[in-house]
Amino acid sequence: MKKTLLALAAVLATASVMAQPTDTLKKIKDSGSVTMGVRESSGALSYTLGDGKYVGYHVEICQKVLADVQKQLGLAKLDVKYQPVTSQNRIPLVQNGTVDIECGSTTNNAARQKDVAFAVTTFVEEVRIAVKANSGITNINQLNGKNVATTTGTTSVQTLRKHERATGVDFKEVFGKDHADSFLLLESGRADAFVMDGAILAGNIAKAKNPADFKLVGEVLSVEPIAIMIRKDDPAFKTAVDDSIKAMMKSGDIAKLWSKWFEQPIPPSNTKVGMPANDNTKAAWATPNDKPMEDYAKK
Amino acid sequence: MSTWDWQVFCKDTIEGEIQPGCFGKGGDITYLDWLLSAWGWTLSVSLLALLLALVLGALIGIFRTTPSKTLVAIGNVWTELFRNIPLLVQVVLWYHVLPALIPPLKSLPSFVLVVFALGFFTSARIAEQVRAGIQSLPKGQRYAGLAMGLTLPQTYRYVLLPVAFRVVIPPLTSESMGIIKNSAVAFAVSVSELTMFAMQAQEETSRGIEVYLAVTALYFVSAIVVNRIAIFIEHKVQVPGMAGGH
Repeated sequence: MKKTLLALAAVLATASVMAQPTDTLKKIKDSGSVTMGVRESSGALSYTLGDGKYVGYHVEICQKVLADVQKQLGLAKLDVKYQPVTSQNRIPLVQNGTVDIECGSTTNNAARQKDVAFAVTTFVEEVRIAVKANSGITNINQLNGKNVATTTGTTSVQTLRKHERATGVDFKEVFGKDHADSFLLLESGRADAFVMDGAILAGNIAKAKNPADFKLVGEVLSVEPIAIMIRKDDPAFKTAVDDSIKAMMKSGDIAKLWSKWFEQPIPPSNTKVGMPANDNTKAAWATPNDKPMEDYAKK
Repeated sequence: MSTWDWQVFCKDTIEGEIQPGCFGKGGDITYLDWLLSAWGWTLSVSLLALLLALVLGALIGIFRTTPSKTLVAIGNVWTELFRNIPLLVQVVLWYHVLPALIPPLKSLPSFVLVVFALGFFTSARIAEQVRAGIQSLPKGQRYAGLAMGLTLPQTYRYVLLPVAFRVVIPPLTSESMGIIKNSAVAFAVSVSELTMFAMQAQEETSRGIEVYLAVTALYFVSAIVVNRIAIFIEHKVQVPGMAGGH
């Protein structure tokens, strides 16, 4: 009995050691490798070209960050592995150590800060309304009683709900299973508007058969800081990542990266997203911070 | 992993504040309210689709065992059409493609379209089981019925079907449980059932594990209740000594 208890205590002790905050820098140094979490299809932020190749604005920022980390650690060679993640699994995968740095399109909010940490904000997303150019709709109040499309599993669903509650406007929400599906709802006339992150709307319009048929209208419905995600309670790694990004912000490299991914033609089809950086994003570059979404709403 | 937080279901869906009593008041709803309403949608889609599937499936299954070549052909085409196309593709066809071809369908709510899609898909599978049930009976029964002067419909009604339906209750039970799980495809066409609730609520609350566990439990409970009802019916209708009895 005593032996069983001892064994149990030993197991518990090991478990509690494993639960200690991990030192990602040490892990990278010891293993000579690092795992980057990427998305299959998050607009120009993070997407795949097939064949296990991942590119995008956040992916390129992370590659530069990891190059700086490699220099800091004095490693001759750093093996970067790419691990595709989804909205559902990205936080657990960062917590359990499968992914060391997530470079996708994750909103930094207070609820998530309880589970993970975020690098300084690299992009501030604005939730906008896309409509057909000939619809005559110019603001959100004209959508009263109309069908409004958005995508299941996104914060825009909650944004719409809050807006309805606050203004008394009544939308008939239709939910697409993914962004392409929601855009199809708008295209086929089943929905009169598509409410979603501006970058995603711009990307979908750019890819449409006739981009001139659609336009973004009305006010910004919600502002969300999008950031690179890392493990919580790992100050050394956070400092390393933040310093690298802040240097890019200071040198203006980040604006060049933005222009490369959002204003120039990008692979695979060499079309342009055509979205200049918005004022909130420029402000985040000028004064680097990792404030959650809730702090933006207070302004 | 961090600790459990089951309080998440007591939060309201606007501000994320925990509500006393766990249910929302005055038009506001909590995630628990939403979960229950999503369960209601899942059950409504499943049960209506099941009803449609049983009626159509029995009819088509019977068609395929009749001597009429036309009816057999209709039954074969129906079965192969609806069971050879993936369910999700069928749902998308009902929602996006058919209304483009037949404009009046546009005015139908997506709930109705998904009941049709799921009902027709399952009817093909049920038709196959009903056909197998009828064909499992000795041919002599059909001939005996006809020889006694019963018409073909009477032979089915009084000789073949009473036994065949008892024989196929076990596979129909699996099918009825399956339809509840298959109803998850309804999320693709904007029906706010359990799967859609899970995807949306985990995003809003960041408590994916709790949300998915709760939804899993509700699917399990729904399917097991259907299973118990079917077993009850199976025992109620069994005739000792008859095929399908014990």
